[in-house]
This record gives sequence, C-alpha cells and structure tokens, in this order.
Amino acid sequence: MEFNVNHPILFVLVGIIIAAVMGQSVYFLVKALRRAKQLGISSATVKSTVTSSAVFTIAPAIAILVGVVALSKSLGLALPWLRLSVIGSITYETVAAGNALTAAELSASATVTDPSIFMSIVWVMTIGIAAGIVLVPFVTKKIQGGMIKMGMKDKKWGEIFNNAMFLGMISAFLGYVFCDVGLVFSGNTSGLIPVCVMAVSAVVMAVFGGLSKALKIRWMEDYALPLSLILGMASAIPFTNWLG
Amino acid sequence: MKKQLTYMDSVHRDGRAWGIAVGLLILLFPVALSLVFGAMPNTKVLVQGLVATAPMYWAVGVVEIFTYVPMLGAGGTYLSFVTGNISNLKLPCAIDAMERAKVKASSEEGEVISTIAIAVSSIVTTLIIIVGVICIVPLTPVLESPVLKPAFDMILPALFGGLAVVFISKNAKLSIAPIILMLALFITVPALNAGTVGIMVPVGVLFTVGVARIMYKKGWL
Repeated sequence: MEFNVNHPILFVLVGIIIAAVMGQSVYFLVKALRRAKQLGISSATVKSTVTSSAVFTIAPAIAILVGVVALSKSLGLALPWLRLSVIGSITYETVAAGNALTAAELSASATVTDPSIFMSIVWVMTIGIAAGIVLVPFVTKKIQGGMIKMGMKDKKWGEIFNNAMFLGMISAFLGYVFCDVGLVFSGNTSGLIPVCVMAVSAVVMAVFGGLSKALKIRWMEDYALPLSLILGMASAIPFTNWLG
Repeated sequence: MKKQLTYMDSVHRDGRAWGIAVGLLILLFPVALSLVFGAMPNTKVLVQGLVATAPMYWAVGVVEIFTYVPMLGAGGTYLSFVTGNISNLKLPCAIDAMERAKVKASSEEGEVISTIAIAVSSIVTTLIIIVGVICIVPLTPVLESPVLKPAFDMILPALFGGLAVVFISKNAKLSIAPIILMLALFITVPALNAGTVGIMVPVGVLFTVGVARIMYKKGWL
C-alpha cells in the first residue's frame, strides 16, 4: 500500500483505538455513577461534577487541538489525533516528535513522505512514554492499598498527606509560572505575562469562590474554576500586547 | 463460598483488564502500520529518537505513577494513564470536583467523584478533538490565529492560579515552604521551564509531604 501521512487506513486504525479508549471512559463513568447512587451521594453533587468537569475541560481540550494542528503539518492528521487523545500531553508529544524529526534531519514544518521515517517517529512517540501504560495495570492496586492502610492507621495524617501531595504539585506549577521573571533585569518584560495571568485567574477564583459562599449561589461555585481558567487565558491577550 | 468483590476490588480488576487491552492496542499500532505499509522503522532515526526521549520520560513516568495514583484514585488512574494530559487537565479536574463535593481523595466517595470527573473530562476531550479533526480546514485559521495564541500559551498559569487559591487558602501554613522552594528553584535554575516542570512535580510532592510530616509530628498542623 502506498504511504502518505493522511492515508485513510491510518484514520481507521486510529479510530479503532480511540473507540476503545472512549469505551473505557464510558464503562468507568457508568460504574462510578452506579456506585455514587449506592453510596448515597446526592444527584445534585453528581450532576454538578459532570457538568462542571465537562465545562472545565473545554478550554484545555481546545489547547490540545491546537497541538494536533501544529503537529499535523509534518505528521499528517491521524497520528497527532491519536497521540493527543491517548497517553501523552502536548509537551511530551511535541518533544518526542521533535527528537525523531531531528534524528531524521527533517524540519517540523515539512510533511514526512518516507514511510520508514514515519514508522520511526510513531515508534519513538509510542515507546518513549509507555512507562505508564505498561506499569499502571500492575502497580496501582499496591500503591492504592498502601494509601488506604495509611489512612486507616492515622486518619488525620492521611488527610494531611493528601493535601500535601496536591500542594506539592501546585507549588511546582506556581514555580514554573515565575521561571522567566529574571528576564525583567535584562529589560525583557515578557516573563511577567504568566505571573499576571496567574494573578488574574487567582483573583477571579477568589472573587467567585467568595461570592458563591456569601450569596450561596451554587452555579457560581461549580463554575468558579472554569471561569478563572477562561478569564485568565483571555487576559493573556492584552498582557502579551502590553508586556510581550 | 466465593468471596464477594468490593467496589474497589472490581475497579482494580476492570482497570487492569481495560489497561492491558487498550495498552496492547496502543503498543501494537506501530506494528500494524509497518505491516500495512510494508515499511520498517529507520534504525538510526529510531535509536537516536528513543535515546533522546525514552530515558527521561520513562524515569519521569515511573515517578509520576507513584505521585499521581494517590491523588487520582484507582478508577481515575486507570483512565488517566491511558487518556493522558494528567497534570494539565485530568488531575486539576478531579481535584476541583472532589473539593466541591467535599470528599477526601482517600475515601470511596472521593474515588467515585474523581472517576466521574476524569471520565467526563476524557470523553469531552476526545469528542472535541474528533470535531476538531473533522472540521480541521475551517478551524485551522482560528486555532492558529496570532491573536489567540497567547491565550493558548498561558493555559497552565491560568489553570494553577485558580487551583492555588483554593489549596493555599485551606493549607496556608503548609504551603509556605514548598512555594518558597519552587519559586527559588524556578527563578534561579535556567534549565527549569515549561518542558521540565513535569520533573519538578514529584520533587514538590516529596518535599511537601516531608515538610507536612515534620509539622504534623511537631503538632503545627
């Protein structure tokens, strides 16, 4: 079969994998919804979890789509569609594809025409990040079991441990937001853009969170994070014009 | 008599089965392509690409499993490690959902809420990408618009600004040390940036858990 990066067979194979991944998501969603009912979790809580998770996902998903478009120039549409729908993230996939393209001495804007180069890129992107998919089925129960044991032994410490994990992750990303502020000393103010965006998002979250509690408006609490995300992202446009 | 499976046992059983099946499909994709097009990978490109990519991402991947599993819950883990985009989408989504539902990540209620949030997020992401792929021609100028580019570039600061407010306000004392450490590291070490922030997540988590343990033992929390 003659190769091209947008050959219909690629879309068929990718479609099969994405259908399986979708099947897994639907299966776990139905299973968790049934269990929520058995546990007596109110339908209002379940409904708000579903709707706000869906709304929250829209902006990041569109950003992922931007990644698909960017990678599609060299790799066609099918492979980026697969890679950004399963396992990877835009940062990883761009790096992995970039490493393979560099090894092949190709630019990221030229379409790959050699099937063996394309196969190499597919293998690099697949194997390069396969740790999770290979190990998770075998180690999750053990890690989870350890957590449950620890929580049962000392309930207060179990809660603090969880909060500490969340805080540790958030602090790493807060650090990242400030990674380019040092550029200010060389006259480049673009490093302040992420800091300003983060500040807008934080203020929106604080205002909406505070108002929803004070006025007891449920929808405001449900959508505070998606709103802070979207308004924060939107604020990047004027901040970039000003500082960029 | 056959032992009755608990909900958690059944999540692990089903998660393993789905994980192995979908994992095999994903790993067999390159094999299928080679067979269909009758082309083998170019050895030089494959080896150089893997050497540049795999060691770092496998090391990070292994540490991420131990870091993210306790936060995501079992069902959330089995889904997230297949659907990807964990730190920039699935985990914040699950954390926010558990926070609003007022459930603990280590409880069964937390497990259920986290799974619902991550499953919904995975389905919505997949659907949006499908629509985007179908409508790629009219959408490309919009998605690549220079006006919108800054907004898409700033998704992480916008995401973690909001999340930080929730968690720092609830854990003010505990948040001081990790934030100071991470700010100092990211500002002073040039190698730390968007590409390497993933490596710093486990560092931040381990450090914060260590600080929390000391503060807890001293009765400060």
